[in-house]
Order: sequence, then C-alpha cells, then structure tokens
Amino acid sequence: MSEQQLFKVTIDNITIEVPAGTTILEAGRKIGGEVAPPAMCFYSKLKGSGGKCRTCLVEVSKGSEKDPRPMPKLVASCRTTVMDGMEVKNITSPKVIDARAGVVEFLLLNHPLDCPVCDQAGECHLQDLSYEHGKEGTRYEFQRRTFKKHDLGPYIQLHMTRCIMCFRCVYTANQVTDSRVHGILDRGDHAEIATYIEKSLDNDFIGNVIDVCPVGALTDKTFRFKNRVWFLKPMDAHRDCPKCSGKVTLWNRGNEVFRVTARKDEWGEVEDWICNECRFEKKQTTDWVIEGPREISRHSVISQGHYVHSVIPTETFAAVNDGRKPHLLLDIHDTSGVNKPDIDLSKINGPAHSNNFSS
Amino acid sequence: MQALTNRAKQVERAQMSFIEQLYLWNILKGMFITFGHMFKKQPTIRYPEQKREFSPVFRGLQVLNRDEEGRENCTACGLCAVACPAEAITMEAAERLPGEEKLYKEEKYAAKYEINMLRCIFCGLCEEACPKDAIYLSETFTPADYARKNFIYKKNDLLIPNPVTDPKGFADARGSKVIRTSK
Repeated sequence: MSEQQLFKVTIDNITIEVPAGTTILEAGRKIGGEVAPPAMCFYSKLKGSGGKCRTCLVEVSKGSEKDPRPMPKLVASCRTTVMDGMEVKNITSPKVIDARAGVVEFLLLNHPLDCPVCDQAGECHLQDLSYEHGKEGTRYEFQRRTFKKHDLGPYIQLHMTRCIMCFRCVYTANQVTDSRVHGILDRGDHAEIATYIEKSLDNDFIGNVIDVCPVGALTDKTFRFKNRVWFLKPMDAHRDCPKCSGKVTLWNRGNEVFRVTARKDEWGEVEDWICNECRFEKKQTTDWVIEGPREISRHSVISQGHYVHSVIPTETFAAVNDGRKPHLLLDIHDTSGVNKPDIDLSKINGPAHSNNFSS
Repeated sequence: MQALTNRAKQVERAQMSFIEQLYLWNILKGMFITFGHMFKKQPTIRYPEQKREFSPVFRGLQVLNRDEEGRENCTACGLCAVACPAEAITMEAAERLPGEEKLYKEEKYAAKYEINMLRCIFCGLCEEACPKDAIYLSETFTPADYARKNFIYKKNDLLIPNPVTDPKGFADARGSKVIRTSK
C-alpha cells in the first residue's frame, strides 16, 4: 500500500483526518487551541517520551467505526493511537476536567511552589497547567519531600524538589547527546535525577535538558537569578555554528544578552537542538546575526511591555530649538544603582552574589 | 420659550418692603449663622501636635518588610515591578551566600531595590502582587524634598527597622494596619 491510510477522528466535535499511527494528542495538536490536551512529559521530538505524567488523559466515547464501544477508562492521549471513526472528548468531558485537576494536585504534592525564586517562572508548563486545569488549594498536610543538593557542574543547576519525574531530560541525554551521565536513581518517592557519583553534565548538547524541562528543575546556571524572563526581550538570532543549526532565541535586556535558548514552538517544544557553545559561551550581541523580535503569545506574561506595532514618535525638540537638546533634570544612572550602564550582570559567571555588588 | 428643566426659577422683581430696605434683618440673620458656629464642634486639627487618623485603606510610603527574625522577605521575584503601572520599581537579584542566612529569608534576594517616588502613584498594586508579604504601603507620606535625585528610594530607605534590634521602630513602621501574616 503506497498511499498512507487516513483515519477520521473526532475530538471535541471537531473532525480531522490523520494518518494511521498518529496519537490522539498529535491529532489534537493538529486541530490546535484548547482541543490539544496538555502534556508535561510527552515531547514529540523525543522518541519514547510520554505516558508518565497523565495530564493528557482524555475520554474515548467511541472506540472506532468497527467497534463503537467506549473505552472503559480515561486514556493517556500521548500513547493512544487513533482508530478510524474514533470519538474523543477532551474539554467537553467533565470526567476529564475532574481527572486533570486531580493529576495537577498530584504533581503539586511535592512541588515547593517557590515560583518567586524559580527562574522558570513565566515560562513554566506546570505553572500554566495548574492555572488552567488545577484547583485552588491542596489537601496535602505533610512535609514536602527534600533532597540532598546535587551539583551538576558550571552550566546546569538542578533543583530536585521541583522535578515532576517526566524523564524528558533522560531521553534528551540519550537521544541528542553522545553519552548520558545522569539518570533516575532510586524508586518511588525517593526517585531523583542525579549523576551517581557527583559528576558534571558537560557533554555537548546537554544544555538542551534545560529547554525540555517542563518545570524549573533544570535551569541555566549562567542565567541564574540574573533577571526575570518577562523583563527580557526575546530576539530571533542565528550564527554560523559548525555543530548545530545555530538558530536560537536571545533573551536581551538592552544590548546585553542574558540568556540563549533554542526557539520554542507553540507547544513549548524546541524547533532545533542547539549546542552548548551557542547556549553558554556566546553571550555577546556581536556573536549573533539578529533576525528580529520573537513573536510571543500575547497571553504570556513574557509579552508584557512588548509593544509590537507601536510607532515611536520622533523627538522634535532639538529640531525646533536650533539643535539645542532638552535640559535633562535628572539622569537616572547618576542616582540609581540598578542597571548601571557600565556593569553587565550577564558577564558574571553564574548567579550574582553580595560581593558583586559591594563596589 | 420652554424651559429645559423644571429647576429654573423666575427672578422676583417685586419692590422691597421697608424692613427689607433697612437690610438689618438680613444682617442679623447672617450674624446668627456666623456666631452659631462658635457652639459647634471644631473640625480643625492642630497639625504638628495633633494628627488625623489615617483611614484603614490609606496607602503611603512603601516599606520592605522583614520577618520576626529580622530577615528580609523580598526574593526579587519582580512581580511588584511587573504589576507597577507607573514602572517605578526596579531591582537586581543575587544569590544568598552561606553565612547570610540571617539576613535574607530565601536563597534569592534583592541585592538592589529601588522605587522612583517621582513615578510612584501609590496605587498599592505592588503590595497586592507581592507573594512574600515583602512590600506594603505604610501610614506615612513621602517627605517633600528640593532635589529630584532624593526621590530615588534605595533599599536602605525602604527597609523596615530590624525587629530584633529595634522593636519599637519596627512596630511604628508597621503601623496600626492589619497585616497579612505569611505562613
């Protein structure tokens, strides 16, 4: 059979034809919008990912054209392939909404909720998920689980308490890098991401685990505590990189490059893997060819303060006053200690400490 | 002509009577109102000695809060700055070093924190946005000044007195407002 068989599947009363072998989640993403189930562990670019977090649970109200019985339980849409004539209920099913709220509560059981401290805040999938699908409170009354601190080297900061055990970083290390040195140790409640003996993650392309991490468990140490993502301006840029595609997003403030990440699509998945050199070493504007500001969904907090189609009026004062500049009553940098033009926080290796500010 | 409203009053143009022409009666009427106020309660407050009580929703100068042990609550999460409609708040964060646990409550703290009082409109959104109960608007005014540069309030100007070393100053700065206690 040369021609690929197309299956008709209906998700939330929207019918779409997809090739056989497509999962319900991917079919939902093809329709887009609210119909696509949320996913915390599934990553379309990582083989074998999915089926762990249970946030993508959907109700199958009709199995297929040939066997129209509904599936007895909610199914994980990232692992269930579509059948011809399948009918799926996602947000139209109260069972799914209820189950998802339960899953969010489970995911947040041991999550420290230290979003004010966490660098992922503003682009965190767990934050979005709990806002959209979670309940307001938790019924958990015990101490949250804590771990011994693990040092993963100069580039990657691990916060094990924030981890939701999605396994994405393990798959990334397996499939994108040459060798994997970290993994899940222990079982059950004690399971943790670590290298068995303190070892730094420094093989090339390992920086991608930062991008795939849906929460703030793996964050960029070179960006740690430097700024909040919503104060930065994402810019598309590229460079001639011998190892990777070199297509990245720069997170700028003024002309300072605070962070380099891969470009992420609307599902929060990277478009191209980028190498460690691009991510951690190239923090100069001169290293990059800037293509322009990155489009950010206007519902995201990152879009705050980005006035995309605004026209900046030209300053006419000097023109009408024979070239005389307006008298400046106060240059903010004379008094203010924040954002000193001659001090670049982004140049500090790792997070700033009190001794960086003593001078 | 038809009047637009029924509130228009026709001006009376009748001749004044003899008593009215003396104006004495109207003067007495006015005097009665004036001197009547002598026996009413005085609304005046003699300011420097006496101070008017603030309304419970009064929003004054910002204060950066500390917890009972005197550690700074602020973690420089930037929510006050993003909530600020006047963009008056700026900050720079730093990581707490070992040995600084008595100074800062969390591992991240605001190394620099500034409020531009020329910009601030005292809307109180920073207080509302704060997840750490670290900033609130106190019951004092921003003092007047001659120079614009003195209105850039640094962290030292904003921090509440340490409750361990200066409990009275801490209580005064907190004021009588009911303050949320963080869990």
